[in-house]
Amino acid sequence: MTIDLRTTHVEPLRRNFDHIAARIGDDKPASRYQEGVWGLQPAVNFHYRPTWDPAHELYDPTRTAIVMRDFDDFVDPRQYYYGTWTMQRARQQESQEKNFEFVEKRGLLAALDDAWRVKLVELVLPLRHVAWAGNTNNASICAYGFGAPLTSAAAMQMMDELGVAQYLSRAGLLLADNEPRFLDDAKRVWMTAPMWQPLRAAVELSMTIADWFELFVAQNLVIDGLVHPLVFDRFDRRLAAAGGAGFSLLNEFVVDWYAESSRWVDAMVKLAAAESADNAARIVTWTSDWRARIVAALAPLAEYGFGPDGTATLAEVDAGLVARAARLGVALEG
Amino acid sequence: MAKKLGLKERYALMTRGLDWEPSYQPLDKLFPYDSYEGIVIKDWDAWADPFRLTMDAYWKYQAEKERKLYAILDAFQQNNGQLNLSDARYLSAVKLWLQGVTPLEYAAHRGFAHAGRAFRGAGARIACQMQSIDELRHAQTQLHAFSHYNKFFSGFHNFAHMRDRAWYLSIPKSFFEDAMTAGPFEFVTSISFAFEYVLTNLLFMPFVSGAAYNGDMATTTFGFSAQSDESRHMTLGLEVVKFMLEQHEDNVPIVQAWLDKWFWRGYRLLGLVGTMMDYMLPKKVMSWQEAWGIYWEENGVALFHDLARYGIRLPKHHEVAAKEKNRLTHEMWTVLYQYGNALGLHTWVPNDEELDWMSEKYGELFTSMYRPRLLHLRELEQRGERFFNNRLPMVCQVCQIPVFYTEPDDPHVQCVRIVEAAGTKHHCCSDGCADIFNREPMKYVQALIPPQQIYRGEAGGARDIFEYGAWLHLERDVDTGEYRGSPDQRHWQAWQQQHKATPADAA
Repeated sequence: MTIDLRTTHVEPLRRNFDHIAARIGDDKPASRYQEGVWGLQPAVNFHYRPTWDPAHELYDPTRTAIVMRDFDDFVDPRQYYYGTWTMQRARQQESQEKNFEFVEKRGLLAALDDAWRVKLVELVLPLRHVAWAGNTNNASICAYGFGAPLTSAAAMQMMDELGVAQYLSRAGLLLADNEPRFLDDAKRVWMTAPMWQPLRAAVELSMTIADWFELFVAQNLVIDGLVHPLVFDRFDRRLAAAGGAGFSLLNEFVVDWYAESSRWVDAMVKLAAAESADNAARIVTWTSDWRARIVAALAPLAEYGFGPDGTATLAEVDAGLVARAARLGVALEG
Repeated sequence: MAKKLGLKERYALMTRGLDWEPSYQPLDKLFPYDSYEGIVIKDWDAWADPFRLTMDAYWKYQAEKERKLYAILDAFQQNNGQLNLSDARYLSAVKLWLQGVTPLEYAAHRGFAHAGRAFRGAGARIACQMQSIDELRHAQTQLHAFSHYNKFFSGFHNFAHMRDRAWYLSIPKSFFEDAMTAGPFEFVTSISFAFEYVLTNLLFMPFVSGAAYNGDMATTTFGFSAQSDESRHMTLGLEVVKFMLEQHEDNVPIVQAWLDKWFWRGYRLLGLVGTMMDYMLPKKVMSWQEAWGIYWEENGVALFHDLARYGIRLPKHHEVAAKEKNRLTHEMWTVLYQYGNALGLHTWVPNDEELDWMSEKYGELFTSMYRPRLLHLRELEQRGERFFNNRLPMVCQVCQIPVFYTEPDDPHVQCVRIVEAAGTKHHCCSDGCADIFNREPMKYVQALIPPQQIYRGEAGGARDIFEYGAWLHLERDVDTGEYRGSPDQRHWQAWQQQHKATPADAA
């Protein structure tokens, strides 16, 4: 049986804004994602040159060597506009909060022996600084990039990286009964321990990259694409086997976020590479350069984390990046 | 038992504790944009974080607000909430917001991303980044709220095209681009302090209270939902200015010059908002003159008195704004009314009840000067000779408003100031705008002036105002022109009839 509800019906004159209809027609209404990103960035008639970069317009497609017919093609496969993004992160936040409580209440990290605890402090906690660089670099991509679809997602990535850095900091506090000593230790090794210096130098170098798409590749594809699998997957498994499974619970957000944001990163790189042979060639060069730099920088850390298996583990993670890049149309040397 | 870490200490670990002094790259190479303005910062650690929100808490609060907001927007759309407006004339205000203000929210999103990258102090960067993502929220929630109106009314459909081209939208566009093309310290002074802290009530209150008074549930809801974001942004504005003033005495004259400039630019921009308040709201909230009195002359001035201990004085030309407050909106409405063939919103002569309200609020000057002019325009319209000025105006080189305001001391004389740079003369609408021009002439000679673009053939080769309207993708006499007799009015009346004929309890 159907219930016949009567309401006022008013025939709409149109369904979509003109610039949206130009993309998808006016037969069906746009999604809130499409409405929220397409055409949002001003396109022409900029009044003044930036005093901080007089060589470019305020919004300027030539701040990258990547050439696109339409930068609004960079749609996010997650379809994140602010509302969907923040609601998704709030759900993850809630579950992560329970994990923190659970680990603390059950003393799940108490069983970890001192040697492993030191490794955790010296290998995992310094990554809060790497995530902070990820925050800074995605701020650049948002500020100097072109087209609202990509730059709005970069703003979310910027805040997500800050979230990652803060969750790692909370883990460090929890390990030390809410004292900052482990975070202090982690910062000290980040600043002075020889094994961290190549990575820190590479990260500082990344913060000077002028081309925002190169920065996208360096930060989101290569740095995160090597660091996360090495530490939050491979090392996390070792730690779990040694009685540190509680630590995985503290990183649930980080792991889920990496998997999810990788879908976005992949879609951007794939689209840019598919646009033209020139784009693909540039992306290959950038990815190769940064891959070589970051793999070399991670070698001493892999050795520290995995001992004699370090070289093989890093090679495995590196092969994962090569395979991932190949799926995106970016052919790297194996 | 775990020790409780103090909130402040904990927040510091979660933010500036992440930062480090680079050793492989010079600091100036990592942060190339925060020194050229001349602002001296001795100690970035003295930055007091204006709101201590970590990301986990941020997501939690913001998601709660978003869930409520979108639930209401869904209900509004499903129930044809547009039929509950006071009158379809009200939508001229919403059109102006979508065309002129929503793009500023987006611009703020990008501008704060720049500031959130540019400052070498970690605390300041995070504060700016949070505002950046909030501003993206505001741009998108507004689009989602207004999208429903686009389905039923004119003037919304082509906003993205007009935003970058239309003469009157050049006023807000040039305002924000002026801020964004300045250095990061000037940007936060202009937007966070002058606009968000000092003048925001004059933008937000008229629109959001105006929406509430006129039955616009969509706008009211996003307005209220944005309120807690706005109070964070205001706090940031005050913190930024105090921080600069406290860091070094050499900063004081620089900041003062920026406050002079951005007070005036903000005030000029608000002329559009005041006109919306006085003329476009069928149900009035308060007059521009009253709002200026409360939000600037009381609150704004008190704030500047607080800053006197740093050596800051009231912004230049504030007394001109006081002299203009009883005529600003009437002069502006006359401009919008006569250039109605090149507007994406409707204009009209207020009805008698509204004219009486204006006489009551504005007194003698209105009754003797502007009321007769409005009555004359009404008479022309009733004779079938609705007045349109189809020629192009001369536009202020700085604020981009047509040069039609009058002399501060004589409302009968047009106010024009001529400035010169690189051998070329330019026109300004006021001493305030002329001062801004003369301080940075090489910036303002770059400005794109819509009437000049039209004469140069850069508006699609348009030869008259109708071709110009077509180039803006305005449908003549549908999107443009007089409200009375417009399709918006006809549809509105038909829908109201149909709505009333539907039994109220049917749903």
